[in-house]
Amino acid sequence: MDTPRDDKKIMELYRHKVGLAEMLKGGVIMDVTNAEQAKIAEEAGAVAVMALERIPSDIRKDGGIARMSQPGMIKEIQATVSIPVMAKVRIGHFAEAQILQALGVDFVDESEVLTPADEKNHVYKHDFKVPFVCGCRNLGEALRRIGEGAAMMRTKGEAGSGDIVEAVRHMREVTEGIRRLQLMRTDELMAEAKNLGAPYHVLVQTAELGKLPVPNFAAGGIATPADAALMMQLGAETVFVGSGIFASEDPAPRAKAVVDAVTYFDDPAKLMEISMKLGEAMKGRAVNEMDDKEKMAGRGW
Amino acid sequence: MCKPIGLLTLQGDYQKHQQAFADLGRETFGVRRPGELESVSCLVIPGGESTTLTRLVDRVGLREPVREFACDHPVLGTCAGLIMLANRLEDERKGHFGVEPLGLLDCTVLRNGYGRQIDSFTAPVGLESLDGSHEPFPAVFIRAPRITRTGPEVEIIAEYEGEPVAVRRGTLLGLTFHPELTNDLRIHKAFLEMVDRV
Repeated sequence: MDTPRDDKKIMELYRHKVGLAEMLKGGVIMDVTNAEQAKIAEEAGAVAVMALERIPSDIRKDGGIARMSQPGMIKEIQATVSIPVMAKVRIGHFAEAQILQALGVDFVDESEVLTPADEKNHVYKHDFKVPFVCGCRNLGEALRRIGEGAAMMRTKGEAGSGDIVEAVRHMREVTEGIRRLQLMRTDELMAEAKNLGAPYHVLVQTAELGKLPVPNFAAGGIATPADAALMMQLGAETVFVGSGIFASEDPAPRAKAVVDAVTYFDDPAKLMEISMKLGEAMKGRAVNEMDDKEKMAGRGW
Repeated sequence: MCKPIGLLTLQGDYQKHQQAFADLGRETFGVRRPGELESVSCLVIPGGESTTLTRLVDRVGLREPVREFACDHPVLGTCAGLIMLANRLEDERKGHFGVEPLGLLDCTVLRNGYGRQIDSFTAPVGLESLDGSHEPFPAVFIRAPRITRTGPEVEIIAEYEGEPVAVRRGTLLGLTFHPELTNDLRIHKAFLEMVDRV
């Protein structure tokens, strides 16, 4: 595989990876399961699509092992839309990631939505030319993934639930962790890195910037324009919508409404207009009624 | 001189442009509604997704106001921003995926002209015809478009492998790459000089 060896090459490549994540800011990334849905997403103004065989709410319902999508299905979506196409690999499954890179996928999501392939290790992402996005529940987890080379972070939330509560918890955990760092003296940062289990140099960089060194997006449970606006106001720079669109009653207008809600996330009058005349949102399941075993956010570390 | 730099903040990496202008000591103002163009001295259309940007420009009613604004105000477009400025798109697939450019710069652009994300790259390009500097500029091309034709009134500012990557007509400046993703501020500086001359 054509992987970079020296530091300068790795950093130049990393700039391209984070650069694409920058381009996706202020947008909506939608889960799609076929070319037709991908077309609807692009038409609605999505900045990218996530190609997967089943939306998370169906993965949850069907059970069994959830794996990387069939390459043929991803290829068909790549041929249908002109926006970036992302796809998921199981946590730690670098061979699936190699296949997605060979397919020319634009972003790989190392995702807790699929059944983990490794209980101990995540993929070493600097080995790849394709950029990676990873989920996190708190600052330590975010910094560990960035240390491995993730070019974009997102909250884990609780995928396929339609319940926003976990995404809110994870976004607040990350921003609160960053605020703590900013209050610390330089000589306290190493101890904090030890507490969080976070790589020291990424933690110092985060403290200096006052934000994660890569774009920070929201995912997991977003179902309405108001959910999208909530996450943006809490500091998300873009939102992923998984089951929220194609498990709803009338996907096309809802897809467009969520895109508009991200553009006008801080304008209540516009948000009111945008939220009118939408069909039923996805039914969803409250996270606090789920068994711990059913929850996906606990996968990975 | 007193009005801030306008930044189209519908979608994309506008914060990177904001940072670049802040580093040059200049204030920016986000534009998301037609009336907001009155408060700015120029407009920067950032990188982002051109499908999303063109749709949002129409939904928020900014297409005609931006076209009128561009007649007597400087506009800078980077990557998706250049696609927005172009007057024609080239695509092997029909319908250009609903991307309707603003038609301000007489040139034809091919979206994702170098391929997908794994084909993104950085290359040195000369800026002599923009600011007379001899040091090459580290141009970052991310899923970048290619300019396949330029009209007679369009001046080619920089080339990569014999193809234009920066073009200008009057005070409209379009780039296929992202100066906002590097710490080299020469292009932002040159644009500010254009703004201050108007």
